[in-house]
Amino acid sequence: MRNVRASQLIFELSKAGRRAAHLPHCDVPCRDVKELIGDEHRADAPPPLPEVAEPEIVRHFTNLSQLNMSVDTHFYPLGSCTMKHNPKRNERLASLPGIIDVHPCQPDATIQGLLQLLFELQVMLGEISGLPAVSLQPAAGAHGELAALMVAAACFRDRGERRTKVLAPDTAHGTNPASARMAGFDTVTVKSTPAGLVDLDDLRAKLDDQIGVFMITNPNTLGIFDGQVAKIAELVHARGGLIYLDGANMNAILGITRPGDFGADMMHYNPHKTFSGPHGGGGPGAGPICVTAALGEYLPVPVVRRDGDRYSLDFDRPRSIGRVRTFFGNVGVLVRAYCYLLTHGAEGLREASALALLNANYLLSRVRHILPVPQGDRCMHEFVASAAALKKERGVSAMDVAKRLLDYGFHSPTVYFPLTVPEAVMIEPTETESKETLDAFAEALFRITEEPADLLHEAPHTTPVSRPDEVQAARRTILKWTPC
Amino acid sequence: MGKPEELLYSETHEWVCVEQVDGAKVATVGITAFAIEQLTDLVYMELPEVGSQVTTGGEFGEVESVKAVSPLYSPVDGEVVAVNSELPDRLETLGQDPYGAGWLVRVRLSDEQSLAKLMNFAAYQKQCADEAH
Repeated sequence: MRNVRASQLIFELSKAGRRAAHLPHCDVPCRDVKELIGDEHRADAPPPLPEVAEPEIVRHFTNLSQLNMSVDTHFYPLGSCTMKHNPKRNERLASLPGIIDVHPCQPDATIQGLLQLLFELQVMLGEISGLPAVSLQPAAGAHGELAALMVAAACFRDRGERRTKVLAPDTAHGTNPASARMAGFDTVTVKSTPAGLVDLDDLRAKLDDQIGVFMITNPNTLGIFDGQVAKIAELVHARGGLIYLDGANMNAILGITRPGDFGADMMHYNPHKTFSGPHGGGGPGAGPICVTAALGEYLPVPVVRRDGDRYSLDFDRPRSIGRVRTFFGNVGVLVRAYCYLLTHGAEGLREASALALLNANYLLSRVRHILPVPQGDRCMHEFVASAAALKKERGVSAMDVAKRLLDYGFHSPTVYFPLTVPEAVMIEPTETESKETLDAFAEALFRITEEPADLLHEAPHTTPVSRPDEVQAARRTILKWTPC
Repeated sequence: MGKPEELLYSETHEWVCVEQVDGAKVATVGITAFAIEQLTDLVYMELPEVGSQVTTGGEFGEVESVKAVSPLYSPVDGEVVAVNSELPDRLETLGQDPYGAGWLVRVRLSDEQSLAKLMNFAAYQKQCADEAH
């Protein structure tokens, strides 16, 4: 029973003078805003914010949330995003008053428990990665990439070296070259072999004394562990460059291998993927980074420090690249990661990764009879199928299949990425799905490929919003609501 | 501009048409029909300014589709002497006439060496067949 009225734009629900809360009179000395902010920075009139009572706000957002798919409502095999279950216990622990009622300006002495938790998280992340120096500050994975590349740049500056290039394979996440550009490097793409591994000949041809960093995702976005990684690290290190490990796919290797052991100098984690934090909704993600001891002095400030049994935020780090985020970073998701790590323990983490691989390989063994998987019949935590043959034979694209899956009650996999696979369908089931769910998904996929092409071109048919015109939306983007 | 059979091609799917203009060699550069089909629906394009220098293999612009952002790689060395500045606002032209009205830039060649590395039509067709599996 969809409440159409409540899910109108909130601006359309607005009535002048309506309020959800009435603020008490100010009990501290008041200063005129004109004294505090100069004319040049002040708008002439307040912004046209919606004026709505609390029941209307609650109904509006609750109804909107029910028009969406989420891990709490649907199987969500969005490749590269590790949409695993978000344990509810972690939500409860992260909502304890000692966590959520902390003021960011409280003195360190009054938040020893929280600082201890963050310190212990630093130690655990360092141990899992094999890279002992840790910063919890970056606010997301791509922000971690940027912060780590700035760490690398600071290190090169200190060494008196001019290194201008960042290399990444053609299967890399788009964030890799974007972060490299943001950090002031030029980007160079290294080709992959048909099997989906880094083409070592192409890498050798592109290595010179200008190389700063090689960014590698391992297992890569095709769900393949590149066993050449130690050799790649040797080649890059021989030229004085550093290896960055994009940790988006850490869910495949927890407790099995460590980036620091296979040659990485820097990496980030996505706690909202690997360590079961919610993606959005329950708070923002985070992108903690781990680096070698030698690079540790360049990490962003503050770093949580322990002296005996006292914990403090350490800002006194003269070679640090400085702040990358306000206060302590996105603490909410870090607390959930801490709870996840302690709940599982070392053996449990390794088992979670093993089950993620088992689930992905089971689903691969079913899907490859429906959509071919060009990179073979074994994978790590995810795999990439191709709808190229389906498109050629019946005109049905990866996008058509993805949209139709919504009608069957499944969130779509990632499509059209990585770019090296035509009509890519990138599937990551995670370890938290049952065999029954995986079977139901494979059966839905099979039924879809048998359906008439015209039905698929128009899908989805049962969702509140049908297929948007993505071309028009991108060419004529309207980002701002304006009153009629 | 020319018939596809008479053009030169780069591995990165740019086509090149070389003409003699006022004693200098000028290359018109575009992207191939195969590339446009692979990119699917285009939504945005960025081209260089007249007067900028391009080098073989270097990026001279980018094209964005609903699928991805892809760099445009220069197949030649030289100076940009003309830009099809109306194209970004009429991206459908690329699909309709990729080897004519869909041209991107004209480059006065500073060096002709890179032309030797380009493919003829038959070699390029073979590359496309391999890529399409």
